[in-house]
Amino acid sequence: MSGNGIVIEGLQKRYGSGDTLVDALKGVDMQVAPAEVVGLVGPSGSGKSTLLKCLGAVIEPSAGRMRLGEEMIYDGGWKIRDLRALRRDKIGFVFQAPYLIPFLDVLDNVALLPMLAGERNGVARKRAMELLEALDVGHRAKAMPAQLSGGEQQRVAIARALVNHPPVILADEPTAPLDSQRALAVIAILNDMARQYETAIIIVTHDEKIIPTFKRIYHIRDGRTHEEAGEGKSPHELIKTDKA
Amino acid sequence: MISLAGRDILHGWVRFLMTGFGLGLLIGVTLSMAGIYRGMVDDANVLIDNSGADLWVVQQGTLGPYAEPSSLYEDTYCSIIGMAGVARAANVTYLTMQVRHGGGDVRAMVVGVVPGGPGEPGQPGFLVAGRHLTGGHYEVVADVKAGCALGDTVIIRRNRFRVVGLTRRMVSSGGDPMLFIPLKDAQEAQFLKDNDMLLQQRRRTAQNPGFNRPNVPGLLDAIIASQTTSLYVNAVLVQLKPGYAPEAVAKDIQRWQRLQVYTRSQMRTILVDKLIATSAKQIGMFLVILSIVSAAIVAFIIYTMTMAKIREIAVLKLIGTRNRVIASMILQQAIGLGAIGFVVGKIAATLWSPFFPRYVLLEPGDAIRGFIIVMVISVLASILAITAALKVDPAEAIGG
Repeated sequence: MSGNGIVIEGLQKRYGSGDTLVDALKGVDMQVAPAEVVGLVGPSGSGKSTLLKCLGAVIEPSAGRMRLGEEMIYDGGWKIRDLRALRRDKIGFVFQAPYLIPFLDVLDNVALLPMLAGERNGVARKRAMELLEALDVGHRAKAMPAQLSGGEQQRVAIARALVNHPPVILADEPTAPLDSQRALAVIAILNDMARQYETAIIIVTHDEKIIPTFKRIYHIRDGRTHEEAGEGKSPHELIKTDKA
Repeated sequence: MISLAGRDILHGWVRFLMTGFGLGLLIGVTLSMAGIYRGMVDDANVLIDNSGADLWVVQQGTLGPYAEPSSLYEDTYCSIIGMAGVARAANVTYLTMQVRHGGGDVRAMVVGVVPGGPGEPGQPGFLVAGRHLTGGHYEVVADVKAGCALGDTVIIRRNRFRVVGLTRRMVSSGGDPMLFIPLKDAQEAQFLKDNDMLLQQRRRTAQNPGFNRPNVPGLLDAIIASQTTSLYVNAVLVQLKPGYAPEAVAKDIQRWQRLQVYTRSQMRTILVDKLIATSAKQIGMFLVILSIVSAAIVAFIIYTMTMAKIREIAVLKLIGTRNRVIASMILQQAIGLGAIGFVVGKIAATLWSPFFPRYVLLEPGDAIRGFIIVMVISVLASILAITAALKVDPAEAIGG
């Protein structure tokens, strides 16, 4: 793998100790190339959220390796001192609910990230506006988040995740609150953006509507991942595999 | 970088402003309390300054004439006026009492002065209407706070007085307006007894075999006459000739006349440190309690506002916002709330201070000190919310 993208090898995460020891991740291997969108599915308690938190540099894994592009970020310990800057500049987040900042307008919700990275307000807003227009919500730039529909809010959240051109985006159930049409539209946008910005996107989902759209899917079960091709399989097949 | 605090405030500005307004009323009460204390001190200073005296000669061993009762023979001033360094000396009486005016009662300090012009010790320093006392009896110069107009009638004890002059800022240390009447009338008002009391006193004196001696004709009448005539005043106010040190003249009077003498600075100490000390402590306690209540309210409001944004704070932390940006947002909101509160409080205190029965003195220095204290309280009050915000785990934004 060259350039951007994310590679995970033997990632483990343990909680507690002694009798209360829990192995949430027992050795996860993943590889997502730039411009690729993969699905991450698994039953509740399988370790999806723990994996997402490790990938998002929010919690520290117990063992394994993580590489972001050419940069090793975890190898038995964090290799990066400023995890906050790592999250700001290298990782984009899209959540189940958009979680836009309610007191900032749409434009500043997106421009906030480059501003936090030290970009001048004018430059940050210009970059944000370009993305909003690309996502077809440019006309709502001055609106407050509460004035947007659910689909519009999610597109703004995607713009926010993309605005610093991170090599990887982690999306946690981004289509859960949307109807089929809007959910598929959001996935289409994520695919477009992944191609346009050479971004690796990992989408955690239970959403049967979008599972068939992934070319590759990682199943996570009992803290381990299993990869399989997803496109063309019916959701029922995948969920059956999941339950097996 | 945009101001997150400013945007948050603008987003819910009505709620923020109303909260600041409520806090402002509390701060206004606090500023008014400080103003009441300053007013008390100022009243005491005005009492001293407007008396026109350099020295107060009072009964030995007393803190008179304002803080304790004091009685001197009315001819004492004759021996004082002849002493080295004394330019003018005048008898004066002070009595705080209810006087009747316009069908109602007015609490006032009745001051008995020897009729004369401005500059005489004890006289009001200036008039805003009318003239000074010139007649020997039944005239009064009143402070405007008493609610009198020229030509009005004021009833003091059994006598009716006509208002001939009006003055301003002449109040007792308790904030009661002063009424200046001729000394003789004031002595009568202060020392004379009512008719029933006089009859009873005469009867008791006549029954005393020591006073009613058949072989000493005229003794009983002389005793009764002395009992019904007041020869006392409360103090002698002294003005000094230029070049004489008040302490030195006071020492001489004290030594030769065997009386208590206070200089201006000593009288100021008596009034401020002794007479209003308890009230000052009371107000001080109120100020401390109100400051604590204000701090608690700011802390509670800011904490509640922060807790309402916990998910946004988690998202901000997850997307890489530094702790100092989040802390600064909360701090700025606390300071903003304090600033709004202070402005509202200052305006409120200024607007309602004229309606207080006592003089409320809002000093610019107190306003500056108040502003600094409000800012410090706001900063301290935000610590709780900042601590809670910094504890928020960015993982909360992801859930799971």
